Amino acid sequence: LLRSSQPLTGHNRRRCPEDEKLLGTILDEGERGFIIDTRSAQAAKQARMSGGGTEPKSFYPQWRRLHRALERGRPLQESFIRLVEACSEPSPSMDRWLGRLESSRWLSHVKAALSTACLAAQCLDREGCKVLVHGAEGTDTTLLVTALAQLILDPSCRSLEGFQGLLEREWIEAGHPFQLRCARSAASHARGKQEAPIFLLFLDCVWQLSRQFPFSLQFGERLLLALFDNAYASAYGTFLCNNERERSLCKVKESTHSLWAWLNQPEERQKYLNPLYSHNPLVIWPSVEPQSIQLWQGLFLRWIRPSQHLDEAWAEIQRLVEGK
Amino acid sequence: VENVRLLDRLSSRRAVVGTLYLTATHVIFVENGSETRKETWVLHSQISSIEKQATTATGCPLLIRCKNFQVIQLVIPQERDCHDVYISLIRLTRPVKYEELYCFSFNPKLDKEEREQGWKLVDLNEEYNRMGVPNNYWQISDVNRDYGVCDSYPTEVYVPKSATAHIIVGSSKFRSRRRFPALSYYCKGNNASICRSSQPLSGFSARCLEDEQMLQAIRKANPGSDFIYVVDTRPKLNAMANRAAGKGYENEDNYSNIKFQFIGIENIHVMRNSLQKMLEVCELKSPSMSDFLWGLENSGWLKHIKAIMDAGIFIAKAVAEEGVSVLVHCSDGWDRTAQVCSVASLLLDPYYRTMKGFMVLIEKDWVSFGHKFNHRYGNLDGDPKEISPVIDQFIECVWQLMEQFPCAFEFNERFLIHIQHHIYSCQFGNFLCNSQKERRELKIKERTYSLWAHLWKNRADYLNPLYRSDHSQSQGTLHPQIAPCNFLYKFWSGLYNRFEKGLHPRQSVTDYLMAVKEETQQLEEELEVLQERLANLQKSQSGNNKVKSKQQDQSKQFGLYTSNNSLANTPQEYSNDLKSFPSRSPSQGDEDSALILTQDNLKSSDPDLSANSDQESGVEDLSCRSPSGGGCLPSEDSGKDSDEAVFLAG
Repeated sequence: LLRSSQPLTGHNRRRCPEDEKLLGTILDEGERGFIIDTRSAQAAKQARMSGGGTEPKSFYPQWRRLHRALERGRPLQESFIRLVEACSEPSPSMDRWLGRLESSRWLSHVKAALSTACLAAQCLDREGCKVLVHGAEGTDTTLLVTALAQLILDPSCRSLEGFQGLLEREWIEAGHPFQLRCARSAASHARGKQEAPIFLLFLDCVWQLSRQFPFSLQFGERLLLALFDNAYASAYGTFLCNNERERSLCKVKESTHSLWAWLNQPEERQKYLNPLYSHNPLVIWPSVEPQSIQLWQGLFLRWIRPSQHLDEAWAEIQRLVEGK
Repeated sequence: VENVRLLDRLSSRRAVVGTLYLTATHVIFVENGSETRKETWVLHSQISSIEKQATTATGCPLLIRCKNFQVIQLVIPQERDCHDVYISLIRLTRPVKYEELYCFSFNPKLDKEEREQGWKLVDLNEEYNRMGVPNNYWQISDVNRDYGVCDSYPTEVYVPKSATAHIIVGSSKFRSRRRFPALSYYCKGNNASICRSSQPLSGFSARCLEDEQMLQAIRKANPGSDFIYVVDTRPKLNAMANRAAGKGYENEDNYSNIKFQFIGIENIHVMRNSLQKMLEVCELKSPSMSDFLWGLENSGWLKHIKAIMDAGIFIAKAVAEEGVSVLVHCSDGWDRTAQVCSVASLLLDPYYRTMKGFMVLIEKDWVSFGHKFNHRYGNLDGDPKEISPVIDQFIECVWQLMEQFPCAFEFNERFLIHIQHHIYSCQFGNFLCNSQKERRELKIKERTYSLWAHLWKNRADYLNPLYRSDHSQSQGTLHPQIAPCNFLYKFWSGLYNRFEKGLHPRQSVTDYLMAVKEETQQLEEELEVLQERLANLQKSQSGNNKVKSKQQDQSKQFGLYTSNNSLANTPQEYSNDLKSFPSRSPSQGDEDSALILTQDNLKSSDPDLSANSDQESGVEDLSCRSPSGGGCLPSEDSGKDSDEAVFLAG
């Protein structure tokens, strides 16, 4: 599984022999690969006008391109805001609720993200083909797909440690611009242009996986909520800045503490573990039917609905499992 | 009929070929493949519609829709055969006599005494005593002993002490279908009660002294309050329209000390249509999130569920918090009234949240009070306008509550699903006919078996591992959030998509936890025994300190409930683009065969396996069929090697 940003083909259909060679060496002779472009075919084509574009078939003959349009940027932020508004409104009628949920389109984005990640995983696992994922910048939807695909395919990513490693690799080191994306969240009136809840979308997808495979992830909702919180506002330096270069310039490693160090302390770690966890060596294929994708109540209704009864249930589960 | 194809509902590519059989009680499809010989049994009673579709090159499609939401798509090669099957099924699924129903031929191989015992499991007299009646305020009345006053009521009803026979009879003449106010639930703690009736025949201005006295009697039976609520569960407009037909609702001016309230639950026709629309959404092939949510909203289904729940909450609050008695009615007092009274009772009294208590609740508020099972669920061929998912809605309310309060119910989701299944299956005699009177005339108890006994026998499968009788959630009244709470109502895919295995997690957390619980218990018991033994040994070895180390050699092999996930599955078809590339993965057939339904992993309580392995409906098999772009399989993959299907040993 590889990731990159878009090729700078431009409207002149520029070529780059080094890039072609690089992609060529990845595949064996006669082997085919897939490129999953997280933009619609049209958007990708339009990108040529501003210097971007796609890999032309004639120059990259061994690669087959698939388009899966994933929402990003401003529209994704709008979707998020609409959902949060729908949740906080004490809407009088049940009628409107589903309509509001639908018009936020958030769950559609979750479905699309999971489907695309599954597609990538399927190419790798079922077709035995190599996959290159990119969108425009390679810093948002690209990472969403590659990180989710790894969770689906690789059991080592599903342990608490492995998941942290996944986050480090596929989000932090890979340069997801946390500072720009996670500035003010849904209640902000100052709608920054660069703001977008892609990382939250990722966490939501992970939550969907945990719901569909309750035994397969070593961590639970509590960790996902902690990550959500820390991405936006943190006492730790892990999610600061937009990339490794900035973190180095700001001397983050020298002047802040790592979130992981705190999370991995034995007493803390305990709280984030899933009591039902049992190592699952297989690939986990989620269902992306609408019935299978649910609203992440623990996040979106976190301050609205009482969690007491559900907390009690988890405590009971813990008790039962520990008793064993 | 041979060479019939059974299609995967969502993918016409995956079809199995087999033989179709029609018996007096079932439709049976047996697969040809020698390794599986999988059988799909469907009881005629379960079939709600049969659709003969246009003949194609491959044959004549026949679509069978069931009341338990199973959908079966068959393709019969010859048009003539298809027509015959169709005509036969039409006749078979429209019985005219009760004797045609399966319950009269079902034989679980129990003797006469066991059958009787089964019927005695739920005893309503015991229940009323448990509630605390009869007492100073409430008495049992046998005025209806020959069903002379009201033929849809039971022979024994509880009424206020001051309600004489004269008052009861007078009141019954002023009530639709003669269903006079009677006790549904009595709250020992504060003497408040829930009573139920039908609408008064008040028209615009009619009055009835006895009926007014009846309501007064109910009020007087609760010295702690100087008024009662009268709750009309209909929308105001409907109730008002009824006045033109000489019926209507209680006028606060005429009935002293009542506070009248409309709740606004729609009627059976609206509910029937609502369910129909929701099922259409479920039948969509690869719907988008948008299609699904809009479809769900347009059906209005969850809105109705919430309305019923809100009514129950209102009544429970009135009783528990205000200590005020409530009289509930709708039009005839056998649909919405039953729903609302039973939801309220469930919220108020933790007993009804136990398995036995729930059975008692259904017997009391649905069976004994004359809910029209035959008309509503089509035991016999009848007026399609009478069909309506009334009890299904109540059962769903319970499920919604279970989701909000996971520790509060002794039983689990499977219990509810199996009850729903058997409301329609007519395998047992509990839900036949329209009234107690009819059931007695047919001698149901002598000629059929009780579902409750069957469920009770298999109760281990129905337990909720998170339930503890000393847990705070299982004490006292439940308080569901009233507002905001729209988002708390979820689509119950466990019921409406019951047979689409791909949609549900392949392993049940409930089953896992139950096994853990059992194992822990066994280990604890074992530990006790060993500790005792050790103590004895130490005692008997007075001077000699040789303590034999007892090996745990007699320890049973505890079914190790590892959540071993080596269940093969195939991914949903996420994309059509891959087809053109040569696939290097093993053929999908290998994985499927690993997931054969075996006796080990079927719960013995599963209605698909009745006592003599009578499989009456689509087996809940775990074989994974990977549809194209359809229902899918959230499950662990076997990778390249088709693993032994290591199931959670039951």
